[in-house]
Amino acid sequence: MNLYLPIVFLGILAAAFAVFSVVASSMLGPRRYNRAKLDSYECGIQPTPQPVGGGRFPVKYYITAMMFIVFDIEIIFLYPWAVYFDSMKTFGLIEMVLFIATVFVAYAYVWRRGGLEWE
Amino acid sequence: MTLLAAPAFQAPNLAYGRLSPLLIIFGVALVGVVVEAFAPRELRYQIQSLLALAGLVVAFISDVLVASSSPFSSSAGTGAFGGIEAQGAIAVDGPAMFVWGILLVMTLVSVLLVAERRLEGGLTAFAGQASALPGTEAEREASARGIEHTEVFPLVMFAVGGMMLFASANDFLTMFVGLEVFSLPLYLLCGLARRRRLISQEAAMKYFLLGAFSSAIFVYGIAMVYGFAGSFTFADVDNAISSRVGADGLLLLGMGLMGVGLLFKVSAAPFHSWTPDVYQGAPTAITAFMSACTKLAAFAALLRVFYVALGGARWDWQPVVWIVAIITMAVGSVIAITQTDIKRLLAYSTIAHTGFLLTAFAGAYQGTIVLTNQVSSLQAVLFYLVAYGFSSIGAFAVVTMVRDSSGEATHLSRWAGLGKESPVVAGAMALFLLSFAGIPLTSGFTSKWAVFTAAWEGGAWPLVIVAVVMSLVAAFFYIRIIVLMFFSDPVGEGPTVVLPSMLTSAVVTVGAAVTILLGVVPQPVLELARHAGEFVR
Repeated sequence: MNLYLPIVFLGILAAAFAVFSVVASSMLGPRRYNRAKLDSYECGIQPTPQPVGGGRFPVKYYITAMMFIVFDIEIIFLYPWAVYFDSMKTFGLIEMVLFIATVFVAYAYVWRRGGLEWE
Repeated sequence: MTLLAAPAFQAPNLAYGRLSPLLIIFGVALVGVVVEAFAPRELRYQIQSLLALAGLVVAFISDVLVASSSPFSSSAGTGAFGGIEAQGAIAVDGPAMFVWGILLVMTLVSVLLVAERRLEGGLTAFAGQASALPGTEAEREASARGIEHTEVFPLVMFAVGGMMLFASANDFLTMFVGLEVFSLPLYLLCGLARRRRLISQEAAMKYFLLGAFSSAIFVYGIAMVYGFAGSFTFADVDNAISSRVGADGLLLLGMGLMGVGLLFKVSAAPFHSWTPDVYQGAPTAITAFMSACTKLAAFAALLRVFYVALGGARWDWQPVVWIVAIITMAVGSVIAITQTDIKRLLAYSTIAHTGFLLTAFAGAYQGTIVLTNQVSSLQAVLFYLVAYGFSSIGAFAVVTMVRDSSGEATHLSRWAGLGKESPVVAGAMALFLLSFAGIPLTSGFTSKWAVFTAAWEGGAWPLVIVAVVMSLVAAFFYIRIIVLMFFSDPVGEGPTVVLPSMLTSAVVTVGAAVTILLGVVPQPVLELARHAGEFVR
């Protein structure tokens, strides 16, 4: 059972921090409301107005965000690969080129279809 | 800063030659995306359809080459042949290569339906601009300018690639990746119908939500089984079960949850509720593709998981499969009687067929070929899926041809008197329906015979009796449609059969030919399925 004690402590610590932060900020912080603070929060961008009676809404922000995540993940794979590049030799190079090429296929599609044009 | 000493690197051993069918399909799908990006709009349809067809043919040839050059891994003709590749992730064994080949051929036939342009007046049956709201100016404009989504071809290729991976996965993680790779394109494809946009989008939404839930449940089951066995590999799970090392509760929970995920994909009751809605709403070419290929891939994966990984615990899961099989047969056969839409009716018919297939699965004695003349359960299931798949694609191809001004006339009342309008088309449909009903001299009879024999020999004779009764119930509504087509007078102006291009005609011809051939001379395919042997462990 001792094996799991750190996990239990971590859980308690996390819960305590969450409760403490919310309580402390509501007790100590100043309250100055403005319009922006009362708006619905949508990933830090201006909330997209829903067209009256339903309709299309722009998704360019989400495409950009998605492309960011794809390349972010690619970088995460690239770091350990770069560290151990010497020992993996040609095999590692070929595999990584294949991986990057595959990711760039999706990028090329988005780019050619105008997914990166903001206006 | 000092880095940890790098461990000696060993390049993973990938047998590219033996994995080539998979690699070709995924490669062609990627090239398809590049074509979408760079080819001019006018040329895309031609390039994409030819690329997809060529890729499927080349992948099929390489599958045959791989199969014919694979050595038996165990002695003298019995047991498994082929081997486990890709560091234990993919089993390229007899059943896998058989399923790959059949999947590729059935996808080839489905792609012909997808590529059909004559029925919609020069455009494919897929939405011009899927993001445009139904009934708006943007949609009409896209339609008037003749825009098509040629992305459907790469999407179908990704789907079939995922199905191949799903059917041949040798560990649970690879299997889950395969599941997602084939499910995601299918969710999209379901929502791309050119006509009846709303019901198509509804189908895609329902399929996505329920599919996402079932995937999550499947992964949860994987986690439980991992907790039990400490490994994702099927052989290790099997070892853990036979040596009884883990906690039984985890195993039972994991088996149940994974069973839900897999039975959802084969549309077994009570996890079938998505099937009628999705089959009705999806573009008919995609419905045909799903009814044949998804079912084959999902059954192959279901059998592999439960025979190879969980075979040692079969006393625990067999009773559940019995119950599910009975419910599935009953739900499919009985509810189909009340259907008024041909696509929904065929959807309930595929649920009933899933039930018949599950009888062979329930009567499995580990898929071992005890006597050479005995029909093993695996062989029976594979043969059934081949026979059913081609009849089903043929039947949906006929559905695409019966039309009125608003597109396909799927309401059954519009089918009255079809036999007078077009005896050939109605005759082909009658052949497929008779095959579904299991009338002798059609593939439906031989495949039902194979499945019921396997179930009987496995000791599941009560299931066989239920199945025969349900076949009779099901025969009622198949015959009713045939009577409707040939012996009823048309209502109003009656149905019209639009003359399709070579593509759809070829699909119907292939479907009818296979239905008759497998009914009259089933031996070659049965032999091939037997030659595939059992799963490699």
